[in-house]
Amino acid sequence: MPSGSAVIVDYDAGNLRSVQRACREVGLDAAISADADEVRRAERIIFPGVGAAGSAMQSLHATGIGAALVDAYRSGTPILGICLGLQISLDHSEEGDTETLGLVPGSVRRFRLTDPALKIPHMGWNAVEVLRPHPVLSEVKPGDEFYFVHAYFPSPANPGDVLAEADYEGRFCCALGRDNYVATQFHPEKSGRVGLALLKRFAEWDGHA
Amino acid sequence: MLSKRVIACLDVRDGHLAKSVRFVDTKNIGDPVAKAREYYEDGLDELVFYDITASSERRRIILDVVEAVAAEVFIPLSVGGGVRSVQDATDLRLAGAEKINVNSAAVRRPALIAECADAIGSQNVVLSMDIRQVTPDQRHPSGYEVVIDGGRTPMGIDALAWTQQGEELGAGELVVNSIDADGTRQGYELNLTRKISEAVRIPVIASGGAGLPGHLFDVLTEGKADAALVASMVHYGDYTVRGLKSYLHGRGVKVRMSW
Repeated sequence: MPSGSAVIVDYDAGNLRSVQRACREVGLDAAISADADEVRRAERIIFPGVGAAGSAMQSLHATGIGAALVDAYRSGTPILGICLGLQISLDHSEEGDTETLGLVPGSVRRFRLTDPALKIPHMGWNAVEVLRPHPVLSEVKPGDEFYFVHAYFPSPANPGDVLAEADYEGRFCCALGRDNYVATQFHPEKSGRVGLALLKRFAEWDGHA
Repeated sequence: MLSKRVIACLDVRDGHLAKSVRFVDTKNIGDPVAKAREYYEDGLDELVFYDITASSERRRIILDVVEAVAAEVFIPLSVGGGVRSVQDATDLRLAGAEKINVNSAAVRRPALIAECADAIGSQNVVLSMDIRQVTPDQRHPSGYEVVIDGGRTPMGIDALAWTQQGEELGAGELVVNSIDADGTRQGYELNLTRKISEAVRIPVIASGGAGLPGHLFDVLTEGKADAALVASMVHYGDYTVRGLKSYLHGRGVKVRMSW
């Protein structure tokens, strides 16, 4: 049984209660916090978020939470980014031409699809293929699908940071990891049993890949 | 490749599950929380609650149902029925709904779509439309009109024009519900669904008329829908969610098969 606690970072980027409920379901006591010091001191951190990169970064700067996340990353705290949380951990996002946190080298780009039958956002369930084993993804089996909602996708500069890919008129990175930071473009909290299993693995992770 | 979704719709009245036939004659068929759990475990991709409670207690009842379901069902939850304001939408989101469906109130005041998109994100705003076939005329060049208030009030608005306006205002997804097909179990309105899906860039959920597994296949292929909504088919035990997905998978439709 996972023990300990986590802080879910609240930076005015969407509803965090569903993440909190899913954490509770796997035995992780997760408190929602908008306090930079609480984020800095957290045992582990979940960094979710939906919405636009630009306003999210403004909020992270204004509250000091952005700096706290960088400190926590450097001090080895296990961090799980989800969706927008993943996207703003890279250097730059095409969305609003935004400079982002830079925990992981790379950028975020918008889907440019040629098939008119493919919808934007990429919304629904898609298969996640693990390319590089990682403790947090250890229960993801070939063919397992996760729930996605996004119009932009991450493009890490270092191929070694790509943990998993999905396919939407071409393959894109849907999970990445570097040191004690791991992140998913999909929503584990809305992905049924396989998503809960991922959260449980994160709850047990010591931060070493 | 993205999977086509199978979505179950639970009409909730006074905290109980109800199912209407052509929007009238609703009858109670059980506990929505138990049904939600059953479908979740059976591989459902998404769940929609439609609140048809008429009493003044309506908001509290649906919030309780959503809260109870969100505590044990970890797939996207969508809630609609009587959403008139950003406050309604944010209350439902706090209770655990991912997406908010707007319908009649958005037809009366289209700015509601943009306000909700600003407040909760475009991808969480679902424009749900009740549509009826009419003789094409100047006001309804597509031959389909928008009807509101649970199918009672025709609005003199062309359905195709309304879907495009909804997309421009910031709807992230559309539910296309055919009033003519609703509750008949004779199949989805394929022509309507295809026309709308081809006219917008956002995902389209087909609703109304499913009675046989082949109807889902038809609307997800010929009808070009991204998702198929079912109700009576699974509520009365004639079919299971797992069975429907296996059938679609067997006929070559990409659906999520492991959960």
